[in-house]
Amino acid sequence: MAITEKKLKELEKKCNQIRCEVLKMLNRARSGHIGGSLSCIELIVALYYHLMRHHPKDPDWPGRDRFHLSKGHAAPTWYAVLADLGYFSKEELKSLRSLGSILQGHPDMTRTPGVEMTSGSLGQGLSVAMGMALAAKLDRKDSRIYVLLGDGEIQEGQIWEAAMSAGHYKLDNLSAFVDYNKLQIDGKLAEIIDIEPLKDKWRSFNWEVFEIDGHDIRAIVSACEKAKKVKGRPTMIIAHTVKGKGISFMEDVVDYHGVVPTDEECACALEELKDKKDKKDKD
Amino acid sequence: MNKKMEFISCRDIYASTLIDLGKTNKDIVVLDADLAKSTRTLKFGKVFPDRFFDLGVAEQNMMGVAAGLAASGKTAFASSFAMFASGRAWEQIRNTIAYSNLNVKIFVTHGGISVGGDGSSHQSLEDIALMRVLPQMRVLVPLDGYETEKAVRLAAKSPGPFYIRVSREKVPQLTKKGDKFILGKSSLLHPGGDVTIIAYGLMAFEGLKAEKILAQEGISVRLINMSTIKPIDEEAILQAAEETGLIVTAEEHSIIGGLGSAVAEFLSEKNPTPVIRIGTRDRFGQSGAPRDLFAEYHLLAKDIVAAVKKGLKIKTSAKKSGVEA
Repeated sequence: MAITEKKLKELEKKCNQIRCEVLKMLNRARSGHIGGSLSCIELIVALYYHLMRHHPKDPDWPGRDRFHLSKGHAAPTWYAVLADLGYFSKEELKSLRSLGSILQGHPDMTRTPGVEMTSGSLGQGLSVAMGMALAAKLDRKDSRIYVLLGDGEIQEGQIWEAAMSAGHYKLDNLSAFVDYNKLQIDGKLAEIIDIEPLKDKWRSFNWEVFEIDGHDIRAIVSACEKAKKVKGRPTMIIAHTVKGKGISFMEDVVDYHGVVPTDEECACALEELKDKKDKKDKD
Repeated sequence: MNKKMEFISCRDIYASTLIDLGKTNKDIVVLDADLAKSTRTLKFGKVFPDRFFDLGVAEQNMMGVAAGLAASGKTAFASSFAMFASGRAWEQIRNTIAYSNLNVKIFVTHGGISVGGDGSSHQSLEDIALMRVLPQMRVLVPLDGYETEKAVRLAAKSPGPFYIRVSREKVPQLTKKGDKFILGKSSLLHPGGDVTIIAYGLMAFEGLKAEKILAQEGISVRLINMSTIKPIDEEAILQAAEETGLIVTAEEHSIIGGLGSAVAEFLSEKNPTPVIRIGTRDRFGQSGAPRDLFAEYHLLAKDIVAAVKKGLKIKTSAKKSGVEA
């Protein structure tokens, strides 16, 4: 299912729209994680608007593909996409992180339609995705399981337990991504605990590995299509990304991990995004 | 105790119950972390190899995989030793299983100090505390073979997370096949009025011995088998406090955070009553034969007897000084 030019342009517009939503949500909520929410927008948009089979009005549809956000702090992006698709009302986005909200600070499967598994505590989502992949095989379903990991998250030991066992179980219905934006809370990954050579590590655990530009939707789609054809091993798509992508003054800045845009910054950012959108519309 | 009493391996009953459940419920799946021979889940694996997942020495991954299976409609039984399931994977149980109320039943063997020769690293004296502090978790400590079977069946048909703990040691088969096993309800092993001993697991059997010793001295002991720690049988505890005025708890666990603490917490609010806790006294375990360890750590019937007598003095002096028991 190669992507058409028309669809590509639509998805790029969608990414711009989701960026605006995420900025507004976090600004209003007054807490959250902007950098890592922006770096994975193309990945989540490509999955939900093109690659995955799912029904927003029937979140439990048995034939669906499944996505799990293991880097749970990027929840605002997931929420914005789910709302836009109709899993719940867009009005709910205004209540992010407030008391009683169906949108908790980190994904909560007990509260949010469309959220397949709770997350927030890093390192656990690959194990969960493996469990889902095993269930799909057991039930002879052809569902694909997608899971998005953070790069700092790769430092957690449990990730490697899951990697080893998924490789051992030959889970070819499982595709994982690393949102490789090279920054974590305390600084650059390479300076804190370097995870390189990343590709080699996954390969040695019996994973098929692809490396792409994580902001190039065509590349994301192409890698996922290739992944579907891989037999006998799970796939890892290392997506090279930029933390804070899309907002010039946030890109590649460590400090924007767990802070939210001020009113001023938000206004600037929205202006930037509007300019980008207008430019694209003219093209 | 009846010399002809059968000794049962609760771990074997676990396996046979799982196999029986697996025959009619295709959604039962079982996971282990390289202890399948000891926990006996291997037996399930032999009958249903497609539904058995030994994840190797990786307890955290095991719990996450169990959660993923449960979120896909399966009823997942995950097993290891008490120490490693409740300890190594505590956060996974908290954040991924308990919080989302998932259908994962954590069945552990080798609870307590009776693990024996392996020593402290393998002897969990904290697992009941670690599990009962979690919201939405149910904690069961079945007494014998029949209770183990009923506990497993109960967990399988009740949605949500369970922690079920048995020991390595074989136990006498005390309860009857037809006895009811109800979540949150204790069973009366012996009626009495001077003191209540509340115990679970191997310590309930020490309690039975203690009752006989005390009976010879004219002390009437009510003995309760508290096979659900959470939700605990508040009614039975309250009744025991009101009618006997003295509680002695006994467990193969630290006196901090387990059954003793649960009883004391509850009674302090509802009906302040002396609660004397028998358990390990804030000490780590060590290697030894189970009986030797019980002696070393004061977990024998005679230690329960001593606690009862100590308690009766407190009870008597409270009455003398005019404080209502």
